Amino acid sequence: MNQGTEAKAMTPEANTLPKEHYLNAGYGWKSWLLTTDHKRIAILYLVSISVMFVLGGLYAALIRWNLLVPDGSHMSAETYNRVFTAHGVIMIFFFLIPSIPVTLGNFLIPLMIGARDLAFPRINLLSWYVYVIGAAFTLYSLFSGGLDTGWTFYTPYSTVFAQSNVAFAAIGIFIAGFSSILTGLNFIVTIHTMRAPGMTWFRLPLFVWAHYATAIIQILGTPVVAITILLVALERLFHFGFFDPARGGDPILFQHLFWFYSHPAVYIMILPSMGVISELITCFSRKRIFGYSFIAMSSMAIAVIGFLIWAHHMFVSGMSVYSAMIFSALTYLVAIPSAVKVFNWTATMFRGSISWETPMMYVFGFIGLFLIGGLTGLFLGNLGTDVHLTDTYFVVAHFHYIMVGGAIMGYLGGIHFWWPKIFGRTYSEWWGRISAVLIFVGFNMTFLPQFLLGYLGMPRRYHAYPEEFQVLNVLSTAGALILGIGYLFPSLYLVYSMVKGEPAGNNPWGARGLEWETTSPPPAHNFERTPVVEDEAYAYDKAPREAFGV
Amino acid sequence: MNQAFPLLPEQASAQAGEVDALFFFIVAVTVFFTIGISLVILFFAVKYRRRSDEDRPREIHGSLWLELVWTIIPLGIVILMFAWGSKVFFQMNRPPDDAMNVSVVGKRWMWKVQQPTGQREINELHVPVGRAVKLTITSEDVIHSFFVPAFRIKKDAVPGRYNVAWFRATKVGTYHLFCAEYCGTEHSKMIGRVVVMEPEDYQTWLAGGPPPESPVVAGEQLFTELNCITCHRPDSAGRGPVLNGIFGRGVKLASGDTVVADEAYVHESILNPATKVVAGYQPVMPTYQGLVTEEQLIALIAYIKSLQIPSGETVPVPEEAE
Amino acid sequence: MSEVSSRPGAAASPGPLQHHFADLKQQKAAASLGMWVFIAQEVLFFGGLFATYTVYRMTYPEAFSAGSQHLSWKIGFFNTLVLIASSLTMAMGVHSAALGRAKRIVAWLLATIFLGSLFLGVKYFEYEEKIAPCFGLGAGPGCLVPGERFDASVLHVAVDMAPQTQIFYSLYFAMTGLHALHMIIGIPIILWIAHAAWRGRYSAEWHTPVEIVGLYWHFVDIIWIFLFPLLYLIGTH
Repeated sequence: MNQGTEAKAMTPEANTLPKEHYLNAGYGWKSWLLTTDHKRIAILYLVSISVMFVLGGLYAALIRWNLLVPDGSHMSAETYNRVFTAHGVIMIFFFLIPSIPVTLGNFLIPLMIGARDLAFPRINLLSWYVYVIGAAFTLYSLFSGGLDTGWTFYTPYSTVFAQSNVAFAAIGIFIAGFSSILTGLNFIVTIHTMRAPGMTWFRLPLFVWAHYATAIIQILGTPVVAITILLVALERLFHFGFFDPARGGDPILFQHLFWFYSHPAVYIMILPSMGVISELITCFSRKRIFGYSFIAMSSMAIAVIGFLIWAHHMFVSGMSVYSAMIFSALTYLVAIPSAVKVFNWTATMFRGSISWETPMMYVFGFIGLFLIGGLTGLFLGNLGTDVHLTDTYFVVAHFHYIMVGGAIMGYLGGIHFWWPKIFGRTYSEWWGRISAVLIFVGFNMTFLPQFLLGYLGMPRRYHAYPEEFQVLNVLSTAGALILGIGYLFPSLYLVYSMVKGEPAGNNPWGARGLEWETTSPPPAHNFERTPVVEDEAYAYDKAPREAFGV
Repeated sequence: MNQAFPLLPEQASAQAGEVDALFFFIVAVTVFFTIGISLVILFFAVKYRRRSDEDRPREIHGSLWLELVWTIIPLGIVILMFAWGSKVFFQMNRPPDDAMNVSVVGKRWMWKVQQPTGQREINELHVPVGRAVKLTITSEDVIHSFFVPAFRIKKDAVPGRYNVAWFRATKVGTYHLFCAEYCGTEHSKMIGRVVVMEPEDYQTWLAGGPPPESPVVAGEQLFTELNCITCHRPDSAGRGPVLNGIFGRGVKLASGDTVVADEAYVHESILNPATKVVAGYQPVMPTYQGLVTEEQLIALIAYIKSLQIPSGETVPVPEEAE
Repeated sequence: MSEVSSRPGAAASPGPLQHHFADLKQQKAAASLGMWVFIAQEVLFFGGLFATYTVYRMTYPEAFSAGSQHLSWKIGFFNTLVLIASSLTMAMGVHSAALGRAKRIVAWLLATIFLGSLFLGVKYFEYEEKIAPCFGLGAGPGCLVPGERFDASVLHVAVDMAPQTQIFYSLYFAMTGLHALHMIIGIPIILWIAHAAWRGRYSAEWHTPVEIVGLYWHFVDIIWIFLFPLLYLIGTH
C-alpha cells in the first residue's frame, strides 16, 4: 500500500499530535507508578537515571574543583575519597549500566520488533522498583557516613579497614544488580518470542542485536558480581573472612570475581550505544548499513570474548607471567570486533546522502571519542606499557572516553533521535547542534590532558599531587566546566520542547523501522494492528512505509 | 622533575627506554587511525552531504573482501603489539641474579624499606646507579602498589604475598615514589622518593648513620628470642625439620605433595604452620600470626636463607626423611 | 500487501491469554524461555560461590576435610533423599497438570511443600546446633558461626587451622543459606500455584505456571545435589 508514496506527508503544518497516545492514556500518579506499559516504564527510568546523572555530575564537579590545587586544600582527604567513590558508584551502577537499555531499549525494542509490549510487563515494572530500592540503599549509605572504598570495593580495604558505610552500599548495589538482570531477562525473551510476522533474526535492527548481546552479559555477569558484593557485605557484617588474608582469605580472589563482571560491564555500557549509532548513521546517510551481519556478529563476539579478559585489570598484582600473556592476547582479540564496527560505519557513509542534524552530530562525536577510547585501550592491554600506566590518570582518561565519550554520546544521540517519537514534539535544532559541539569540545578538553598526566605518572584517586601536575589539572577542570554547560543545555531545551515543541509527525527523519510506522507518541498498545515485515532492516532505497492503523 | 610543566616523564632506568619505544609505537598507531578515520568521515560528510530531500543513494550491502581486509590488518598490528609488549614484560619480571635485594613493606600510609645491609628507610629508597635492584614487596594491611614513574615500574604490595619487581637506575637524581593502589584516607600522602646515587656516594651514605643490623643477624636474634631454635636444631634431633640448606629446595609434605621452600612457603609456615606440614613431622608448631611483623618475617626468612649445611656433614633434609 | 492479522481472541477472551501476546503458544514459549534464562542467571549466581569454594578447597584441603568431618553426613543424606522425593512429587504435579487434573495437581504440590518444609526443618536443627552455642544456648558442641566467637576446638584441628576451617564454615553457611533461601521463596510460590490450580485456572492446554515452577524446584534440588557431596562427604574417607 505504500511503495509508491513519497515521504512528503511531513510538512510541519500537516503535523498534529494523535488524539490518543500512551501519554494521555491515563492520568494521576497511579497511572504511572502502577503502569505495565514499557513506554511509561521507560519514562520512569528516564527520570530516575537523569536524577542520578545530575547527582553523579555534581560529585564530578567537586572532584575537579579539588584538583585545581595540588595541595588538596579545597577539601579534606576523607571528603575527597567519599566524593570520588560516590561519583563512581552513582555513575556506573545507577547511570551508565542502566542508561540506554532501560530508557531507549525499554521504549524501542517492542516497537522495533512489532510487539505490543515486552514479554513480562510486570517484571519490567518490578525491575524499576528494584532499581529505586537499590538506589535508595546506596544513597542512604553515601549520605550517612559515606563510602570511601572506590567503586571497585577492593579487599581487604573494603572488608576490614574502611571506616565507612560499606555494607549498606554493597547491599544497595546487590539489589540494583537484580534490576539489571530482570531487564536483560525480559529483553532476551522478548527478542526470541515476540517478533512480528516477517521479522526474522537477520531483519532485526542492529539496535536490537546490540541489546541482545548486552542482555546476555547482564544475565551471565551480573549474578557473579552480585554474589561477590554480597560476600563483601557478609564479611563486613559477620567477619566471614573470604577475602581477608589475616583470616586465611585471598584478597586477589575478590579482584578476579569482581572483574569477571565489571569488565564485561563496560560492554553493557558501550554495546547499546553502538546499537544506537548503527540506527542513526543509516538514517542520516540514507543508506543500508554496510556489512549488517558483521556488525551484528561483532556485538555477539564482544559479548563472548568480553568474559575472558577480566584479569587484564590485574597485571601488576603479581599474577604469573604466562597467565598475564593469555589475558593480554585475549584482550587484543576483543579489539578486532570493535574495529570492524567502526570501519563498517565509516563505509556506510560512502556515497550516502548525509545530513548534519543533531543526532548525526552525536554520531560524529561518538566515533571520534570512541576511536580515542578504544585505541588507548591498546596501551592498557599491552603488558609492557600497562605496568607503567595502570592505576594512573591514563586509565581514568581511557575509561571516560569509552564510558562517557562512547556511552553518553550514543545515549544523547539516541535521545535526540527518538525524542520526537517518545514525546511527539521536536526540539530546537540550533540549540541541539550547539550543545553537541560544546559537549565534544568540553569532553576532549577535560580528558585529553589526563592521558598526559597518567603517562607522567600521576596516580588516580589522589587527593593531593606534586606541583608539576597542576597545569594539566587546571586545563582538565576548565574543560569540565564547558562539558557541564554542554550537558545543561539539552536538559533545558528538551524539557521545553515537551511543552512547547512543534508536533513532530510520525516520521520526522524519514527513517526506516517499525517504530516509525506508528504515531508519535505511539498509542498505548503500540500498533493498532500487528505489523508485518517485508524488508530487511534499513531499506533506505525504498520509500518509507506509512503508519499502521492511523 | 623540577620542570614546571613537563610533557614526558623522565627516563631513569634501563626499562624506561624500552617501555617508551613501545609506547610511542602504539601512539603512532593510535594517531594514525584516529586522524585517518576522522578525516575519512569528515570527507564523506562533506562530499556526500544531502543536497536535496529527494536524494536516494544507491544501496551497497557490504563487501566480504573489505571485511576481511579490515579484520586481518588490525589483527596483524595487534599481534605485533602483543608480542612486543610480552617481551618487555618478561624482562620486567626476570631480575638478574646479581641484583641487590631490597625489601619493601607497605603500611598505611608509608613505605618501609630495608637495604640489603640492614639500613632501614621510610618513604625513601637510596640506590646506586647502574646496579640492578630487586624489590621484594609485601604489605602489612591493605593492598598498596609500589610505583616509580621514572623507572616505569609498578607492583602491587599484597598482604600475605611476596611480589617481585626490579630496576637498574641509569641516571643520578631524585624520583617520585607513589602508592598507586587506593589504600584509604592518606593514600595520596603515601609518597616518597627514590634517590639514585653514584656508587661511591651510596657507600658513603650507607656508612653514615647508626651502624645497621643486617637482616640475617636480626633474623638470627629473633630465631633465638622466639624459641624457634628449640625445635629447629641444626642436627636432626629437634621436633621440627632441620632448616639448614632447606631454602630453595623441594620439600616433601605430609600430604604427599612437594613444595619449593621459597619466601612464600617459609612465610606461610611461620604464620600457618599446620597448612603444609613436612612429611615425617607432627603439626605441633604454634602459629606466630600476630606475634611477628612483616619486617621481622623478612629478617627470619633472610636468616633461614643464610643457613648452610655445615661442611663435611650430611644432614638428612626432609626430602629424604622417610 | 501488509495483510494484517487481526489477533483473534486478543480483545474478548478473559482467559489466561495476556493482552500483549498473540496466542497461548507464544505466551507459553515466553514463559518457559524466561524461566530457563532465569536459571542460567542462577547458575552463575551460585557459580561465584562454587568458584570460591574450589579455590579454597584447593588451597586448604586439610582444613576443609576437618571441617566437613564435623557435619553429619547422615542428616545430609536424609535431606538429600527428602529433596529427591520432593522433585518426584513435583514432577508428578506437572504430569497431572498436563493431563488437566486439577485435584491431583493440588495434592502433588502440597506433598512437595510438605517435603520442602521437612528439609528446611531438618536444616533448622542443623543450623541451631552450630549457632546456639555462640549465644551460650543449646546443647551443641561449640560455636561454628564464623566470626569472633568461632570455636575451632570442637573440630580437633591445629590452632592455626582455625581461620581456614572458618572459611569452610563461611562457605557452608553462605551456600546452604542461599540454597535454603531459594526454597523459602519457592514454597509460597508453589502454594500460590496450588491455590490457582484449586480454583481451576489450569487445563491441559494452559498449565505453564505449573511447569515453570517445576523447573525452578528441580533446579534448586540440583544445586543441593552438588552441595551435599562438596560439603558433607569430603571428610569421610
